[in-house]
Amino acid sequence: MWMEIGTVNDIPKLGARVVQSGQGDIAIFRTADDEIFALFDQCPHKGGALSQGIVHGKAVACPLHNWNIDLVTGEVKGPDNGCSRTVPVSVNGDVIRLQMPDVKATGTHG
Amino acid sequence: MKQKLIVIGNGMAGMRTVEEILKRDADRYDITVFGAEARENYNRIMLSPVLSGEKSFEDIIINSREWYVENDITLFAGDAVTAIDTRAKTVTSERGMTLGYDKLLLATGSDPFIIPVPGKDLEGVVTFRDLDDVNRMLAAAKLGGRAIVIGGGLLGLEAAVGLKANGMDVTVVHLMDTLMERQLDEAAGYLLVSELEGRGLKVLTGANTKAILGDTKVTGLELVDGTQLKADLVVMAVGIKPNVTLAREAGIEIGRGVMVNDQMQTSVADVYGVGECVEHRGLTYGLVAPLFEMGKVLAAHLTGDEGVGYEGSVTSTKLKVTGVDVFSAGDFSGGDGAEDIVFRDAARGVYKRIVVRDDKVEGAVLYGDAKDGAWYFQLMKDGADISELRDTIVFGQAYAGGGAQADPSAAVAALADDAEICGCNGVCKGDIVTAITENGLTTLDQVKAHTKASASCGGCSGLVEQVLALTLGDAYQMQTVKPMCGCTIHSHDDVRRLIVAKDMKSIPEVMQQLEWSTPDGCSSCRPALNYYLLCALPETYVDDNQSRFINERVHANIQKDGTFSVVPRMWGGMTSARELRAIADVVDKFEIPAVKVTGGQRLDLFGVQKKDLPAVWADLNAAGMVSGHAYGKSLRTVKTCAGNQWCRFGTQDAIEMGIALEQMTWGSWTPHKFKMAVSGCPRNCAEATIKDFGVVAVDSGYALHVGGNGGIDVRVTDYLTTVETEQEVLEYAGAYMQIYREEARYLERTAPWVERVGLDHIKANLVDDDEKRKALFTRFMVSQKALQEDPWAKRAEGVKDAHEFTPLKIVA
Repeated sequence: MWMEIGTVNDIPKLGARVVQSGQGDIAIFRTADDEIFALFDQCPHKGGALSQGIVHGKAVACPLHNWNIDLVTGEVKGPDNGCSRTVPVSVNGDVIRLQMPDVKATGTHG
Repeated sequence: MKQKLIVIGNGMAGMRTVEEILKRDADRYDITVFGAEARENYNRIMLSPVLSGEKSFEDIIINSREWYVENDITLFAGDAVTAIDTRAKTVTSERGMTLGYDKLLLATGSDPFIIPVPGKDLEGVVTFRDLDDVNRMLAAAKLGGRAIVIGGGLLGLEAAVGLKANGMDVTVVHLMDTLMERQLDEAAGYLLVSELEGRGLKVLTGANTKAILGDTKVTGLELVDGTQLKADLVVMAVGIKPNVTLAREAGIEIGRGVMVNDQMQTSVADVYGVGECVEHRGLTYGLVAPLFEMGKVLAAHLTGDEGVGYEGSVTSTKLKVTGVDVFSAGDFSGGDGAEDIVFRDAARGVYKRIVVRDDKVEGAVLYGDAKDGAWYFQLMKDGADISELRDTIVFGQAYAGGGAQADPSAAVAALADDAEICGCNGVCKGDIVTAITENGLTTLDQVKAHTKASASCGGCSGLVEQVLALTLGDAYQMQTVKPMCGCTIHSHDDVRRLIVAKDMKSIPEVMQQLEWSTPDGCSSCRPALNYYLLCALPETYVDDNQSRFINERVHANIQKDGTFSVVPRMWGGMTSARELRAIADVVDKFEIPAVKVTGGQRLDLFGVQKKDLPAVWADLNAAGMVSGHAYGKSLRTVKTCAGNQWCRFGTQDAIEMGIALEQMTWGSWTPHKFKMAVSGCPRNCAEATIKDFGVVAVDSGYALHVGGNGGIDVRVTDYLTTVETEQEVLEYAGAYMQIYREEARYLERTAPWVERVGLDHIKANLVDDDEKRKALFTRFMVSQKALQEDPWAKRAEGVKDAHEFTPLKIVA
């Protein structure tokens, strides 16, 4: 189910906002080029809130231990391993839509 | 008696010729220079970076007025020559001066070509030739609006990118179907259009201008196909034509330019020509390298060395747009017998095409990765047989030379001594190596001064550095510095120095100017850059919130479960019933699960939900409490003992001293956290000797200690000095914080910093030199003026960063 969640300008450039859902928080990221990505708001390492991290390029640094997560794939970059679950997102004009997951999500896998 | 040499034209060609003459025989001529522009001699090809804001005019001055004086050259800047009498051998200037010459040099350069369309004289139509044009464009850009650049060649594109950098909405209108069609083929032209469009420029190719619209001031442009475009500024950059007016009127033979032979002699005896104004063997030139080659030949001739003369130049071009790597040389039109070797990497946007005929390089077009341009150019100029290299030539020199491409200096190491490093000034690798070894040069600037390599467009400075590194080996330090992070080759210290030296004002500007390898840095360099900029520009820098770690962004400490902790400030460790009551109420109201006494003598409220932070702060603010900055790379707390207010051993009032220190220093951002303590007697109950700055009261006053740390590596402070008054304590504390703020690397605590720079360095600035200490203190207080604002207050009112504390949406 696709759901309208807000507009691009609701999120600061190189920042993130949170969509609270019954299946857990989803972090919505905006890059410098205004690309929008969505991940469950949990680092595969210790569950840190990725929405609170520093966004750079197409990655976010987890605020707890500075693991870097690829916004496109949800995969952990560099020497560490793991994956945060991605959520399909679409941008039409300025409007962001999210494909809400149907099944109960665990937040992370891999 | 010296012969009189008059030079008409104070530009790059004329003055390079003069420099070459002085180098050969400084006493031979009595030299007079006329320049139409009322300013010193500058590097015209660097006007593009001046327009884009990457350089200032001062940066591109080649010879200052002092230089003319020192070399005994008479300069008439702003006085154009209006007539030449070749019989009487005199010139007459605009201001009516008539001077006689023995030798006359025409270096009048070229004029921008103005397309003869209606509206070409309207206000707001400019060309791109000199500094006045740049100033006109900058003035127009200040008003914003739309700019149209007519001409998609080298100059037009540099103007377009420069205007875009100044905030204008820019459209490039180009007559041909391919941008820079004289230098690029269609494929590279396409990549260039994509790049420019990606930067927000509009590009119209195959677009023929019919008229420029407007009554008195330009309002738009009409194309032959009827399209109308709006514009507040029109830049004509369609080409140049040699400036031959003076020569023609003097009866000197003219073709497209002033006709010269291989010795740069015109048709009239004792009159010479160099640069863009001349035509030699049927060709005119608009690039800097040929002008310099002409200047060299002419200087040799004028100082009695006949030599071989000028035989024409093979030219190559590079587009001077930061971040766009384009190189082109020779003929790449193909045709019978020409073979193309092409390499493409779409993901990286790389396109290379080498045109080979009869086993020789005939031309090269490189887009996206032009570092091997010099090598292909050399192979082409040498007419080298490349049959052996054929299979690998397209991968570049390092690979062709034996697969050592991983080593960045391998390519330079493999260059022959006569390989040209600096195309602008014709400096070969061997010249640079010789200059380094004979003169004991160790820095890029020295090499620049001695050889002129990298002194014009600067594009080869990386190569010059590699030559330095190869020649000096380990003695060249540049190669050994540790970069800030993977995004840059520069060290923390270099970045700080360059921010100040180049007066950089924002993170994107730093990344652009210092050629960051990532688009927007990383979580390591961005916070550092943000700090360096706010330290350098205390009164004007706009803090970049997205470059701050979450704790500094929301002014609370993130905990492992995603909740936050809140620490209100308790000045000097003092609190009151009112404050404690307010804290207790907040704890109850927001169901805060834990309250802990910190090591810095205050209370930490743990487990606060992020959404509750503004309301928590509002309640604490209402009771008179402000942020304790327990989350920041900043002044944390000033710990105190009871002092002589209560303690029977106390010698001074530690509490009052601590409060005064905290009130002066709170709010200050520092490279890392900064803690202080004041003990009222040498028993040192406040543990001042493991703090960043510690004060221990003694009978005679206050002993000051610096560089302590109680963390992993416990370090006892170094004793700095003893002062008598409270005012002196404050001054030393402020000065010490400021020197730490200005000199330490981001995330470097005072303990390792003091060990790195040495206590003597700190004493020299604080203890031995009253003026320096006072200046540091003044700078600290200027910075504090901007920083002492409670970050909680505005967020509690909801006027700042409201988005941080509310979810984007709540869904079931």
